[in-house]
Amino acid sequence: MVRVLKLELRGITKRFGTLLANDHIDVVVESGQIHCLLGENGAGKSTLMNVLYGLYEPTEGDILIDGKAVSFRGPGDAMAAGIGMVHQHFMLVPVFTVAENVALGAEPTKAAGFLNLDETRRRIREISDQYGFDVDPDAMVEDLPVGVQQRVEIIKALVRNAKVLILDEPTAVLTPQETDELLDIMRQLKAGGTSIVFISHKLREVKEVSDTITVIRRGKVVGSAEPTASTTELASMMVGRAVSLNLDKAPATPQEKTFEVRDLTVIAPNGQHVVDGLSFDIARGEILAIAGVQGNGQTELTEAILGLQERVSGSVTLDGKELLGRSVKDVLKAGVGFVPEDRKVDGLVGTFSVAENLVLDLYDKPPYAKGISMSPAKILENAKARIDEFDVRTPSAAAAAGTLSGGNQQKVVMARELSRPLRLFIASQPTRGVDVGSIEFLHRRIVAERDQGTPVMIISTELDEVMELADRIAVLYKGKLVGIVPAGTSRDVLGLMMAGIHPDEHAHSQPAGSRPAATSDHAEGVDHD
Amino acid sequence: MSTTVSSPRPGNPRPDNSAPDTGAAAVTAKPVTWKTPVLLAAFGLIALVFFGLLAPNKTASFGISTGEDFFQLPALDINAFAGGTVLSVLLLGLAAYAVFLKTKDRPAPGWLTVTFIVLFVAAFLLWVVGGARTPSISLAGLIAGSVTLAVPLVFGSLSGVLCERVGVVNIAIEGQLLGGAFTAAIVATMTQNPFIGLAAAAVAGAMVSMVLALFSIKYLVNQIIVGVVLNVLVSGVTGFLFSTVMQEDKARFNSPPGLDIIEIPVLSDVPIIGPILFRQSLVGYLMYIAVLVVWVGLFKTRWGLRVRAVGEHPQAADTLGINVNATRFWNVTLGGAVAGIGGSFFTLVAIDSFTKEISGGRGFIALAALIFGRWNPIGAFFAALLFGFADNLQSIVTIIGTPVPSQFMAMLPYLVTVLAVAGLVGKSRGPAASGIPYVKG
Repeated sequence: MVRVLKLELRGITKRFGTLLANDHIDVVVESGQIHCLLGENGAGKSTLMNVLYGLYEPTEGDILIDGKAVSFRGPGDAMAAGIGMVHQHFMLVPVFTVAENVALGAEPTKAAGFLNLDETRRRIREISDQYGFDVDPDAMVEDLPVGVQQRVEIIKALVRNAKVLILDEPTAVLTPQETDELLDIMRQLKAGGTSIVFISHKLREVKEVSDTITVIRRGKVVGSAEPTASTTELASMMVGRAVSLNLDKAPATPQEKTFEVRDLTVIAPNGQHVVDGLSFDIARGEILAIAGVQGNGQTELTEAILGLQERVSGSVTLDGKELLGRSVKDVLKAGVGFVPEDRKVDGLVGTFSVAENLVLDLYDKPPYAKGISMSPAKILENAKARIDEFDVRTPSAAAAAGTLSGGNQQKVVMARELSRPLRLFIASQPTRGVDVGSIEFLHRRIVAERDQGTPVMIISTELDEVMELADRIAVLYKGKLVGIVPAGTSRDVLGLMMAGIHPDEHAHSQPAGSRPAATSDHAEGVDHD
Repeated sequence: MSTTVSSPRPGNPRPDNSAPDTGAAAVTAKPVTWKTPVLLAAFGLIALVFFGLLAPNKTASFGISTGEDFFQLPALDINAFAGGTVLSVLLLGLAAYAVFLKTKDRPAPGWLTVTFIVLFVAAFLLWVVGGARTPSISLAGLIAGSVTLAVPLVFGSLSGVLCERVGVVNIAIEGQLLGGAFTAAIVATMTQNPFIGLAAAAVAGAMVSMVLALFSIKYLVNQIIVGVVLNVLVSGVTGFLFSTVMQEDKARFNSPPGLDIIEIPVLSDVPIIGPILFRQSLVGYLMYIAVLVVWVGLFKTRWGLRVRAVGEHPQAADTLGINVNATRFWNVTLGGAVAGIGGSFFTLVAIDSFTKEISGGRGFIALAALIFGRWNPIGAFFAALLFGFADNLQSIVTIIGTPVPSQFMAMLPYLVTVLAVAGLVGKSRGPAASGIPYVKG
């Protein structure tokens, strides 16, 4: 039987300069358990795990394995002690094969340092067979789907005889189906004697798979919970106050369709059709959510509408006027409000003040500008109003936007975009990396914009968000529209659609486990278009 | 709201696999562009017009054996017009095949481009030699000379491979060559021992590299800027010492004993191959060994796997317990030593003393060879040979007298460089983390 170890973190404190990321955290991971660390983005979960994995040195505190204090000078020490980690962003070399990636750092060698990858291949097949991973040791990692890459990461840890496996936000990049498979794998690993530290902020998964839950907030352990605790209970522990998880929104009252997209195609520099013949429209007073796994053309779609993409064909009309081929400035002038997916890169100028960021799109127009001079008084006035309206927590309007928390940065972006009269509102990943409290607020604002009669387009890879906000849901897969379904469509169906399988087709092929065939048929159909 | 009841899939644990797999293949398949077929067709037409139809109706003679060879082969005599026409028709044939492949959405294979280049060069040679005042050159001499000129380039580009594979851009190859050349000259002269001079050159190259490594890895200064500054620095220091020390007392400081040519008995007398492989100086033999060692090292050993991982995805390497910055530091240092040895070739083998700027920009051509050779030691070796060939051809052709002005011929190596780097042989993809400093956390 495999030796199973008990892991204990005692009083772990980690300070980055003045920032206290972990404040005397105590966690005990019993052997053979799935232990969940639940907390919002920025609560300090990842920092804690990086300490455990030897990537950071703790400012204070001890790590105990089977009761003995250990100190890790690097990940090598942690691995030697039986700790493995699957990072949120995979640590795989894309141009290496699976075997090379697995071997790296602990390479079996023949004489004189020559690699013995056959040994690694054998181990990969062994583990692959044991857990039904279906991973080819000689496949190039960059050619593998994300779910399989994740399995490669797990194999990497298992080959090193990990007794404790840390999974850092493992479901962030997966489709709902892949997520279910991962949860299955986790149960199997547990049955095989591996303890798992599961880091997540997604309550559904946490409840489903954990044995114990430790909740972390602002770098502190605020309590532990049983997986039987209700979602609302867990959420309020995580956020520190009562939160309502369900958005009360009135049913949409769609009016005339003012935004139309026809045969929109975007060709990437490498010639690939990243957006492929999209057609849809959005009515005033309606939210259309674009769902899909990240990287299926969402970014390019929004950029094409904004005029940021070069090789675009088809047509995009707003109030009957063509938007394609016009400059970004013209598009904004036509009344398009846009919240980009990466606020730090595209949404804000981090070194500019909050006040300046709030007029980035209007700085050259009255009342903020007079001829060639700007009027700081007006800009400040505007900033104060927006900060109040959107409850932006900032030391002052003059603080650099980059110093605010993610949620507050997003509020600044949203406040700026919603401060103009809009004819179309596009928000890409409106709540990515935003605390639960702010999510609630931002969602309300989006719905309020809809209720004012603006057509709203939301792009989100978070299915929960899509299901919460949408009046209709369009699913993208490899740049194509899999279908548009009404709100209230089940998570399972949406999940399949996110894997490129159309619900009708799925309905036909549902019985008798014929899904594999249906899947591949469809995939071929897509590729040959 | 929960999907606890995930659909059971008896007998088939991974039913979704087929869809993502097919999809992934579609994503990674690079679209076939018209670039290669069009370029080939254009060059084919140029060959047909200039090297074929406009070629002089004269006989070009190519000597194959040198006087020293053990057995002699007769010279090749070819009519420039007929030969040029035949070759250019073949070239157009290859271009047509590439076009045909493109219409089937398939890329031109590597052998096609390589064959095309070889035939094109042959047609060019025929045309140049056929039109020369003395329409005769020694093919053996041309090729052996190319290898000689390529030696510093090969060492330089190997240095580049070692540095870029580990994630540091080495613009300072020029400085390392120059430093190696200078140090080899002065140390060999003062010790009267070329071998000590050779070792000193390696140390000098390594020291130039250590400065690059220190500033770019520890202090995160832009690697390109450090590299450029180092080139200027080494050029200034060696130039200063040359005019203040070396020229004052040439006998004491700048008349290094050279490294002798070592002939391997019998083998060195084989025509063409003999002089290239078995009639070299110690540095020349070291070059072949270095290419092989670096290639085997990079792709077959633990060291190489780690080096490549650090150059591609340093975070990944770090999380597996590999010390990224130490790996970078020592590989960059090693690269400098390799370039330093290349530099010693100038003063210990090619010429018998140091002069200002003796490396003459070859460090930059080595950089081009590295890219043309796709960051692969063997690729870089052949790319360097091609540049050496262009360099040598230019001087030989100028001697025999051609219809083309010598200034144009002097552009040849650089023209080849530009075409090569512009992606004549498809897009090359360097190590992903090359040029990006690694900061933990």
